[in-house]
Amino acid sequence: MSDSQNNSVAFVATEVIPQSPPPARETGVVKWLRENLFSSVTNGILTLVALYLIYQVLSAILPWIFNGIWTTNSLAECRDILQGKTGACFSVLTERWHQLIYGFKYPSDGYWRPNLALVLMLVAIAPVLFFDLPRKLLIFTALYPFVAFWLIWGGTILAPLVALVGFVVAGAFFQVFGRSSFALGFFGGIVIALIVWTVGGLLIPEGASDNALLPAVPSRDLGGFMLNLMLGVTCVSLSIPLGIALALGRQSDMPLIKGICVVFIEFIRGVPLITLLFVASVMLAYFFPPESTVDLFLRVVIMITMFSAAYIAEVIRGGLAALPKGQYEAADSLGLDYPQAMRLIILPQALKISIPGIVNVAVGLFKDTTLVSVISMFDLVGMIRGPILASTEWNGVYWELFGFAALLFFVVCYGISQYSQWLERKLHKGH
Amino acid sequence: MKKSVVFGALTVAGLAAGAAAAGTLDDVKARGKLNCGVTTGLVGFAAPDANGEWMGFDVGVCRAVAAAVLGDPKAVEFVPTTGKTRFTALASGEIDMLARNTTWTFSRDVDLKFTFVGVNYYDGQGFMVPKELGVSSAKELDGATVCIQTGTTTELNLADFFRSNNISYEPVPIETNAEAQQQYLAGACDVYTTDASGLAATRATFEDPSAHVLLPEIISKEPLGPLVRHGDDNWGDVVRWSLNALITAEELGVTSANIGEMAAGTNNPEINRLLGTEGNLGEMLGLSADWGKNAVMAGGNYGELFEGNIGESTPIGLARGLNAQWTDGGLIYSPPFR
Amino acid sequence: MTTLTDPPKESFRLSMLINDTRYRSLTFQAIAAVALALAIWYLGNNLIQNLRAAGLNISLNFMSDPAGYDINQRLIEYDSQSSHARAALVGILNTLLVAFLACITATIFGVVAGVLRLSNNWLVSKVMAFYVEIFRNIPVLIWILIIYTIMTAVMPGPREFRGDNATSSMVLDLFAFTNRGIYVPMPFFENGLFGNATLNWVLVLLVACGSWYATRTVNQRAANIQADTGVRPKTLWINLAIWLVPFIALMFIMGLAWEVPALKGFNFKGGIKIGGPLIALWFALSIYTGAFIAENVRAGIQAVSKGQTEAAAALGLRANRVMNLVVLPQALRVIIPPLISNYLNITKNTSLAILVGYADITATLGGITLNQTGRAIECVLLMMLFYLSASLLISMLMNIYNSSVKLKER
Repeated sequence: MSDSQNNSVAFVATEVIPQSPPPARETGVVKWLRENLFSSVTNGILTLVALYLIYQVLSAILPWIFNGIWTTNSLAECRDILQGKTGACFSVLTERWHQLIYGFKYPSDGYWRPNLALVLMLVAIAPVLFFDLPRKLLIFTALYPFVAFWLIWGGTILAPLVALVGFVVAGAFFQVFGRSSFALGFFGGIVIALIVWTVGGLLIPEGASDNALLPAVPSRDLGGFMLNLMLGVTCVSLSIPLGIALALGRQSDMPLIKGICVVFIEFIRGVPLITLLFVASVMLAYFFPPESTVDLFLRVVIMITMFSAAYIAEVIRGGLAALPKGQYEAADSLGLDYPQAMRLIILPQALKISIPGIVNVAVGLFKDTTLVSVISMFDLVGMIRGPILASTEWNGVYWELFGFAALLFFVVCYGISQYSQWLERKLHKGH
Repeated sequence: MKKSVVFGALTVAGLAAGAAAAGTLDDVKARGKLNCGVTTGLVGFAAPDANGEWMGFDVGVCRAVAAAVLGDPKAVEFVPTTGKTRFTALASGEIDMLARNTTWTFSRDVDLKFTFVGVNYYDGQGFMVPKELGVSSAKELDGATVCIQTGTTTELNLADFFRSNNISYEPVPIETNAEAQQQYLAGACDVYTTDASGLAATRATFEDPSAHVLLPEIISKEPLGPLVRHGDDNWGDVVRWSLNALITAEELGVTSANIGEMAAGTNNPEINRLLGTEGNLGEMLGLSADWGKNAVMAGGNYGELFEGNIGESTPIGLARGLNAQWTDGGLIYSPPFR
Repeated sequence: MTTLTDPPKESFRLSMLINDTRYRSLTFQAIAAVALALAIWYLGNNLIQNLRAAGLNISLNFMSDPAGYDINQRLIEYDSQSSHARAALVGILNTLLVAFLACITATIFGVVAGVLRLSNNWLVSKVMAFYVEIFRNIPVLIWILIIYTIMTAVMPGPREFRGDNATSSMVLDLFAFTNRGIYVPMPFFENGLFGNATLNWVLVLLVACGSWYATRTVNQRAANIQADTGVRPKTLWINLAIWLVPFIALMFIMGLAWEVPALKGFNFKGGIKIGGPLIALWFALSIYTGAFIAENVRAGIQAVSKGQTEAAAALGLRANRVMNLVVLPQALRVIIPPLISNYLNITKNTSLAILVGYADITATLGGITLNQTGRAIECVLLMMLFYLSASLLISMLMNIYNSSVKLKER
């Protein structure tokens, strides 16, 4: 055919036909609709069903929201204003917001303290979540727990200081002795820290908290969404080291240690969190020395930490198992002993691939902190089910309160899970 | 407060507390605070108000004890407890006394080893039904669905009542009063049953209280009172006589208004003994001489507490009934102060 | 440090306990054993001292005392004179019932939502994404409370069915949807072959088993013929007959009839009642866990390589057959392990029944029994024991199933 190209044939067009626009059904909105919503009969029906559902939901919710009333002092006043129209009574949120967020006992002139602690937490957690930030920031992360404790509970600054000193001394001891023998450094460090805490505790004069810079707040007075956040953050951060230890223990070839770890993990994973909270609220008190009582908050933290540690241990075990065997063998062939191999080669990689899984556990755990409302702690749900719904003014306001609680949790959890997905994509590229 | 060696820094941080084994009274004095167990929220008896202050009739008892022991009605830590956690909290020493609608029963007294120091409210289990059902007696409730607020001895009384009258029912046990109310108002149950005082308190919060009636049957005896651990009789005496001081004060006409002049000395020796201007009752209890005066000043005498929190002038609107002084035909009776 | 160049006359030195790898693990285990024993001794000693101080003891004798309370939802005979142990058993059965039902419906919700989320219909996939995100990111406790409130506040009470100007009516005059539960007609036999209703139903079951066995034999034969001759004989009508003829005959002989629920007194009477708390808990758990399963299903389908889909399409299979015959069977291997843990989560989350007044084991043994007897330690331990054995049992069964569908490699 190519040789006949020069022959001009009468019916062959010589000039290019001007481009005409594509048919209407292949452009713009119509094309998009056709391809994405009505590509087949089934799809068309599905679309219509979905549209109908959306319409139903929106037509029920939107008037309710837009007719909402924000300024009354009780449900009865809301009902008076609405005169039988559909409409929300958001006044309960404006009137009781401080109870929903901080609980009903936290001193109202101290609200800046948890707020500041929250802001600082974002700063402290940033270097852990984003690897590109300067590593020096981790120093602040290490200091943060003590700062946050002092901000939220107040009282004498000596208490967090003693705790900090205990950790610093233990760390220093480990630096010095851990080089020659890991076991000596590790166990010696623990013993030294315990000594520092006990002695320090005895040295602090009684009543040191009475006239402290920040007035002391007993942990019973913590409540609202703040309590959920605190439980979530405390328990997850405490459970990560414990989870690592459990995961390593479960992989260990020492039968006794492996046995203890397996029994612990499977036991905790086999029972619902609520039974563990019952243990904290009705049983654990019997297991502490007779002459002392331990705060309910601390007992709950202990149980939730054990709970999340078991789940995190399984995630980390997955991370350890996902590492190629060559990594273990390479560490051995370099002559590293077990602690060195773990610290320098295995754990940094295994933890990195476990982060998305850990974040998922953290989200789940944060949601589960609402269960403490069942054991008479006034977290966000506890505040709603307890004092607010029981009060004369707001008895009968359900949707507004539950909606608010759901919204708060959704914002936080969705944010975290978006981070986890971002991280997963990022780690995936790294390979 | 004695610092427990085991917990060192924890104690300082306020997350753990050591307690001297000497006795609850000494513990409370050393701590400077009374730990008092209350409900998680029952309007009129114990509930936090919009400012987070605990208010109510049971709360008043706690404050009176704190005032008697420490001289300060504000020196109370209120520990909210549920039906499940209350007994452990008391037995394990987390709270010093429990002032929560807890019925005095044989097994709680004997088997669970608690000491009920008295009765601050004589209650009984009742029924509430919507008026439109046209029910006038609990015996007409055959086949009804009954919402029960769990916690006191409610479920057991109910089972006994329906069993002995040979009629059937469907129980719906609910944890909190607010949820039981939601169920009842939505018509998910025909009847709501709990202590009659609780029913009155609940009905008072309804949009239209007159559309609901309380049935005449009271199917149980519910003597509600503060309780302490077995075995610490000294502390039990303190709580018992603080409660009795409130009752005697009403009987003798001592109110928070006139207590100032009465404390200067009166012609009635019993008032003088109660308020500490005569005799040494306070010393016998291990308290200051003006303990009785402090207890009454905390929130007024028994009658004032009743009227201020659950009486007829409040939304709850309970009549004194059984809870009138014995001189007025009620059951409220205090042994003499001598 | 021992090395190969050390003289072989090694005698045991104390430092070898820490430095020699042969002994070190023994040292650590000994330390661990001592620490464990100390911890147990410490806690046990505290417990004994505390109990003695409070004058209490640990004993399970209370389990045989009469419980004294009634339970509305029960699968076995129970009344207020039955023992606490029987109340606990009622609770256990109720827990298992709602867990079983919720596992089935959660799987259905999850598979539908997971498949639809990958649909090329933009709107549908967005709606499903919304469903998944909103349920995954809000605590199940709040969902249970919300759904329970919907159940009680939005559904009509039996009162609204009453009178001449009733605001609600029964669907088809057969079903009643109320906020106390759903009432459906109950089949029964007017002249059953046995006096006992249960025996009649056992008979029906036996007949069904027989039919199933017969159809299996027929299909087997058809498959054999197909293998021999390449032509599969038609079995549809035979199978249909095998199923329907004995069944209809049996129903006719025994006189099948329906008991329709009707409003009598305070409640609907007759028919089968599915209680409101059961429905609320069942639905809340299914729709919540369904969102998680949807994500697993989506991940499983996406894990099947695109080449499989394309190969199937190249063979001329239609879209739904590609999904059923090629993609889902392969995706199943990825889906099942997380599915097991979701089933376990459902079982554990049934303990939230306490919020809706459903009488599961947490509400009977860990609720009213604990409340009334004050035996906290015993009740909580028994409860944990039950959940632990249920979890272990479920994971064992599911692991057996998992290994049976796992890729068989040579």
